[in-house]
Amino acid sequence: MNDAGPLLEVEGVSVRFGALMALHQVSLRIERGEILAIIGPNGAGKTTLLNVISGFYHPWEGRIRFAGRDRTRLKPPDVAELGIARTFQNVALFKGMSVLDNIMTGRLLKMRGNVVLDALWWGPAQRQELAHRAAVERIIDFLEIQAIRKTPAGKLPYGLQKRVELARALAAEPQLLLLDEPMAGMNVEEKEDMCRFILDVNGELGTTIALIEHDMGVVMDISDRVVVLDYGRKIADGTPDQVRKDQAVLDAYLGVAHD
Amino acid sequence: MIYREAGQFKTSYAADQAIFPIVQDRVLVTLGILVAFLVPPLVADEYWLQAVLIPLVIYALAALGLNLLTGYAGQLSLGTGGFMAVGAYAAFKLTTSFPALNILVVFVLAGLMAAVVGIVFGIPSLRIKGFYLAVATLAAQFFLIWLFNKVPWFVNYAASGTITAPPRTVFGVMVTGPLATAPVRYVVALGLLAVFALVAKNLVRGRVGRSWMAIRDRDIAAEIIGVRPLRTKLLAFAVSSFYCGVAGAEFVFLYLGSAETLAFDITLSFLVLFMIIIGGLGSILGSFLGAAFIVLVPIFLTNAPHHVGLVMPVALQKQIELMVFGALIIFFLIVEPHGLARLWQITKEKLRLWPFPH
Repeated sequence: MNDAGPLLEVEGVSVRFGALMALHQVSLRIERGEILAIIGPNGAGKTTLLNVISGFYHPWEGRIRFAGRDRTRLKPPDVAELGIARTFQNVALFKGMSVLDNIMTGRLLKMRGNVVLDALWWGPAQRQELAHRAAVERIIDFLEIQAIRKTPAGKLPYGLQKRVELARALAAEPQLLLLDEPMAGMNVEEKEDMCRFILDVNGELGTTIALIEHDMGVVMDISDRVVVLDYGRKIADGTPDQVRKDQAVLDAYLGVAHD
Repeated sequence: MIYREAGQFKTSYAADQAIFPIVQDRVLVTLGILVAFLVPPLVADEYWLQAVLIPLVIYALAALGLNLLTGYAGQLSLGTGGFMAVGAYAAFKLTTSFPALNILVVFVLAGLMAAVVGIVFGIPSLRIKGFYLAVATLAAQFFLIWLFNKVPWFVNYAASGTITAPPRTVFGVMVTGPLATAPVRYVVALGLLAVFALVAKNLVRGRVGRSWMAIRDRDIAAEIIGVRPLRTKLLAFAVSSFYCGVAGAEFVFLYLGSAETLAFDITLSFLVLFMIIIGGLGSILGSFLGAAFIVLVPIFLTNAPHHVGLVMPVALQKQIELMVFGALIIFFLIVEPHGLARLWQITKEKLRLWPFPH
């Protein structure tokens, strides 16, 4: 693997749905170890961008490179195998499964498959199950959700569901973590907790993070770099301070006077 | 329950992941299995074994198989009867072609044959879901029955078009054929059910079961985690059809003795589907409870008027029986749409907290 360049490069990617250009020649880089925030008004194409990176949509033009290699046309499971994990804007937990099973599912790609041994719950299959359980318990400790291990995910309050979804994404030990509005609908305390977890994940585990967020206070506080989208185009890219002062960004958010 | 888990500390993840983490549960279940194996063969008469317990055990296996597919992997199927027929006809062809082959091995091979057929008919599941998939699996049901009716090779060119279980022994004991006694057939069927129930539990509590449930609950999130939908769904179809195939082989070899395709028609598919809906989707216990409900309740209703001294015409009684049975099904589905297994779980939780409400 190429350790030098950026972790992910999006080069001139366009996505169109019929006549609608959801993304228009967007280029950006996600550097190793950084927290990148993607912001923009509603309908700017932020989630579309994440969906392209995670393989749900394929770009109409342009390229995506992960760790220096072309990854434009992969399916979601292949993207997961590369080491990219994500959470969803509307929590997408497995509601019928316990929190523990949800997070264990996140480690699926780390597990080796042999249906016969699984069926017997014997030897390597059982040892593997125990080893991954230990790893999952470390994540449970890390995110402070010990008390709800055995609770069905569907019964949890919203804030905790978001946290479990983060745990499930972390269980895959990703190189790149994509978070789609991790703090949407949370109160101030829950937001603070989530910010702390995101910073911890970045700092302690060294995971590169790209997140979409609407809360500007949060964005400016935790991100190393901010990319701004508007109507499918990238209008700004820089440190929080640079972006804050950028005239195009102000126009996009506040509107422009048409004399 | 009357007992609680208080004082039983788990010190390893292995202990926490056990099927029955509580000592009392383990003891009770072991006792229950022993009773199931020993008591009916010694106590029950021919009628109870042949007409009640043997079909109950075989239906439970089929329900277990369908529950893996529909309850755990979320793929609705109406092809159960067809897959059971594959198992039955495969077992018949195998044991008549290779008479020396152990009949238990034949059952497993017949199950594998059904698994292959199940994979083929599971391919549409990548594109279609829910009720539409159910309609697609209906094709399996009708096609397979049609095939076994049309091609005389499957019945060894018998003019009657029926397949008959030939006499086969295991360790010198007659297991199938006219001379096999009901207790023996019951124990064999129950033994297979016990083994396959354990296998099913091991599958659903591990890697495979989690990928099935992930596809069931949120297929998009499952994909981004790395679950490959086609492979996962086809594995579910394969395992489920394997179970149904073994159950189908048992259906002819241990229960009916001889059968035509009529025994495997769409009614059977619906019957097994109702079992898992009433018993509880996504629950091993539910498969057993559902099979027991569907098999035992009609028998109870048939005998109940007689026992309380009510005398009525047979035709009237039969109709009342159907009405009460239908009403009971509706009642249970309204009380607990998630089935008898959930009802049992809620009861356990309530008893655990009793006498406090929460």
